Amino acid sequence: MATAIEIFKHLPKKNCGDCKFPTCLAFAMQLANNKAKLDDCPHLSEAGRSALASSSAPPIRLVKVGSGKNVVDMGDETELYRHDKRFFHPTAFALRIADDLGEDELYKRLSYVRSLHFERVGQVLKLDMLELECRSGNAERFTAFVKRVASETELPLVLRAMDAAVLSAAASIIRERRPLLHGADVTNLKQMCAVAKNCSCPLTVGADDLNALADLVEAAHKEGVEDIVLDPRPSNLKDLLERCTIIRRSAIRKTFRGLGYPIYLSIPAGRDGMLMASTAVMKYGSLLSFEDLPASNAMPLMVLRQNIYTDPQVPIQVKPDLYPVNNPGPDSPLLFTTNFSLTFFTVMSDLEKSKVPAWLQVVDTEGLSVLTAYSAGKLTAESVKNALLATGAMERSKMGALIIPGMVARMAVKLNEATGLQIIVGPKESSGLPKFLRS
Amino acid sequence: MEVPVPKEKWTGSIGEMELGASQEKGGSRHPLRIGGNKGLPFLSFEDPAERTVALAGFVADSLDDVPSPVKEAFGEAVNDPVRWAVAWKDKGADLICLHLTSTNPEEKDVSPEEAAAKVMAVMKAVELPLIVYGSGHPEKDAKVLEKVGEAAKGERLLLGHAEEGGYKSIAAAAMANGHAVIGFSNLDINLAKQIVILLTDYGVGRGDVIIDPLMAALGMGLEYSYSVNERIRISALSGDSMLQVPMICDCVSSWKAREASDDVPHAGDTLERGIWWESTTALAALLSGADILVLGHPASMRIARDAVKGFRGEA
Repeated sequence: MATAIEIFKHLPKKNCGDCKFPTCLAFAMQLANNKAKLDDCPHLSEAGRSALASSSAPPIRLVKVGSGKNVVDMGDETELYRHDKRFFHPTAFALRIADDLGEDELYKRLSYVRSLHFERVGQVLKLDMLELECRSGNAERFTAFVKRVASETELPLVLRAMDAAVLSAAASIIRERRPLLHGADVTNLKQMCAVAKNCSCPLTVGADDLNALADLVEAAHKEGVEDIVLDPRPSNLKDLLERCTIIRRSAIRKTFRGLGYPIYLSIPAGRDGMLMASTAVMKYGSLLSFEDLPASNAMPLMVLRQNIYTDPQVPIQVKPDLYPVNNPGPDSPLLFTTNFSLTFFTVMSDLEKSKVPAWLQVVDTEGLSVLTAYSAGKLTAESVKNALLATGAMERSKMGALIIPGMVARMAVKLNEATGLQIIVGPKESSGLPKFLRS
Repeated sequence: MEVPVPKEKWTGSIGEMELGASQEKGGSRHPLRIGGNKGLPFLSFEDPAERTVALAGFVADSLDDVPSPVKEAFGEAVNDPVRWAVAWKDKGADLICLHLTSTNPEEKDVSPEEAAAKVMAVMKAVELPLIVYGSGHPEKDAKVLEKVGEAAKGERLLLGHAEEGGYKSIAAAAMANGHAVIGFSNLDINLAKQIVILLTDYGVGRGDVIIDPLMAALGMGLEYSYSVNERIRISALSGDSMLQVPMICDCVSSWKAREASDDVPHAGDTLERGIWWESTTALAALLSGADILVLGHPASMRIARDAVKGFRGEA
């Protein structure tokens, strides 16, 4: 992105405020920080627009794979560190299936893909794509295979073949699904670009070092292909971390257009692959294609992706509900906490540690922690009462008492009035719960 | 086409520190050097200095809170901290992280003298550097760590941990006997800085402090830790001297996540998943700036070791 002063030169300098910023200079500063769009200015001259359009294009191109409701967005990232704002498009996970599989094996593989489906703190964790690989070298066989799998799944697809003619045959029959084509390299660039253009599909461009990769990307661009995905082909963990970091940094910090595209990585099976995949989730990978991905590896990876791609300004919330801990009964104590995930996890883990059976009521505080929610008026005697009524908590725990977080001891009187329960002030820190409950 | 290699222009670096005193320095340890880095983790184009990450094996002298898969990995050895520490040495740990949980007055209430004797027995059996924690009971820990500190004078232990609400006795135990100390804070860059300031104002050398900003496990708030650690490292490299100290990340809490130890339908082998739960937490700690990892399961340590070698281009 150009500096605010460079942008300002091309603006109409009317200070009309139509862009919702007081002056053209203020607008230019927002543009420079990616906080406003060029289209917000209705008075921009054509010359100014074209001069600015190229420099205001996102530093990393947005590439879409798939069609209709089943689209994976990649790229269009603006940050090096998630704490500066957030990472936007979670790393997509694809499982590779080759066309030399027998019918039974294929069936098993597809059922496995469907079974990888977990719900966690209100989000669904699953595989996002399939990569269909031509290993037979036979265009007819590959095409039939692609057709067959495409009819079985709605997931967006990657088609992988070395031979442009083979890839072209398969791509043309499912082009309306907008698969990602894998891919171009130094041996086949022109032919692959032609296939991508004919089918209007995005294309991966691969090379073993970044300078060569930038050359190929430029060449693909000249051939008229714009939706490019980089395949930097790291051979080990160090390469992966460093190449992905250089690609992201040169795009964001230096506005280097040559590598301003999403990153595809082919992930080998086994431990090395798992290390590469975890690293890529944290460090700028857009699409990982797995040779194999056992469920015991998939789940931690999917949770890592969920964690890293959380918006730091919007806390993850757990479902407001009554949670039983350590098999409680009617004579087990009742506690409450907020629905901020970190608070909930901490309290839950300390309750489990105590080994004392208990009921935990989670109150909806829009994801704020106890003290913050109380200060913001999101945690009141009324909201606690409503939560207890909604879950029937007072019928489940018949002790007639409620243990409240020590941080909000001052709520005791109002809570007693609102619920009629005896209020017991618990410890200030959740870590004190085991000792508190045992005594 | 020449791709620009965008190096960040850091002005600061992480202080270097030695743990465990060798014979020449009056101890009996095989010492470890950590810290000294001038760039973000494992980017050789930014910081050509080799990055050392020390892997510590978790040992406790009371098994109440020890996750079952960790116990099972060591079998009978977990009943004796000495044998457990020896097992860790055989499995390639760089140092031992010993929790004296038996000293907790609400449980076994083992005396400070007895606890110190245990530490000395572990030291006699393995020559690795040692991290020593009490039981987390503030008043008792003060007495326990004082005795441990005296008994192991000159061995340069790492004592855990000091926090804002109570740091003087542990700081004194470290200063009087040549040990280093862990400054703990709760997921906040400013609190991490605060504990270093408190310790150094009290007289602890900055070269004797390691920070523990609390590594939240995968699925239990990992994203907060990842970002807090990253911000701590960036501030340190940008010149904030109070954050220019090595960082320790304890990954053992990963086993408390439900998904790490419960059977989950369609989620594969539970132990394998648990090992990756701890290893993934470790990997996030490595990439966000950890200099020491504490690990519970030996398989996670092998994975973390492979990761460090991989990032250094050795595998």
